[in-house]
Amino acid sequence: MATERFPVEAGHIMMFARSIGDGNPIYHDEDYAAGTEVGHIIAPPTFPQAQAQFDPTYRLRPKIGEPWFGSGAEPTGVTASSEVGSGGGGGLHAEQHFEYHRHLRPGDVLSLTVRPGETWEKQSKRAGTLTFSETITEYRDQDGELVITARGVGVRTEKPVEN
Amino acid sequence: MTLSASQITVGDTRSALLVEDLKRTQLVQYAGASGDYNPLHTDDLYTREVAGYPGVFAHGMLTMGITGTLLTDWVGDGRLTRFGVRFVNQVWPGDTLSGTAEITAIREENGEHFVDLSVVTTNQHDVPVITGTASARIDA
Repeated sequence: MATERFPVEAGHIMMFARSIGDGNPIYHDEDYAAGTEVGHIIAPPTFPQAQAQFDPTYRLRPKIGEPWFGSGAEPTGVTASSEVGSGGGGGLHAEQHFEYHRHLRPGDVLSLTVRPGETWEKQSKRAGTLTFSETITEYRDQDGELVITARGVGVRTEKPVEN
Repeated sequence: MTLSASQITVGDTRSALLVEDLKRTQLVQYAGASGDYNPLHTDDLYTREVAGYPGVFAHGMLTMGITGTLLTDWVGDGRLTRFGVRFVNQVWPGDTLSGTAEITAIREENGEHFVDLSVVTTNQHDVPVITGTASARIDA
């Protein structure tokens, strides 16, 4: 299920910029931003991914009343789960691409449509059989305009990547 | 703080130290801001004993975000039209990352000027962790 409503908020943009160590005032200082070419606060280029916060079914967020696969008393909170992946491998992020038709700003309310792209396999010495799958996500604003097109590639590994 | 087609040349590069001695707390901070709470990035016990890795490692998207700063500091705010990367090696707590962007093309389309860039982020062992490309709208 895709995120139906992703409200872009100034506080969220500020926290996101802090987390990537980017102190650029265009991401948090309204007065500064007003005097720039852009004229207002914008979001950093990788911020669209934070839509996960607003995806009601997002798998990688603990949900109230549901088991969580991270550690508690034991190394994992679930006994048998597909989320753990075969052979201790599991899902990793292989590629991410963004096209910016315009940059996001506080006050935008986005809706997402997600469609699967291609899938392919590759053999790897470091992680066994790799299964790649592509996802294309379109972000539209409150006026229905396409603002961001994102293409992500995930990979499931047969075993943990050797380092 | 924007680029002008008349003042740049294909092959121009810009490098920056992106993060020094990456802290586990920054991984926690990124998990909270992005909403990606995959325990692989914050839960050492799970990551070692269940997932089979030596310990927690950075979200690929954190490294992409850190790398994005190199680009936006160069091309200017709101100027990127495209940014894409491949995650080629994992990033670990304690890593020091440096990035280099290079101008690969300068072009004009419908009266607007654009620059194409390649970007690579490497760790303290000179091993690439991210390779990518980007485009930005620039001034004439």
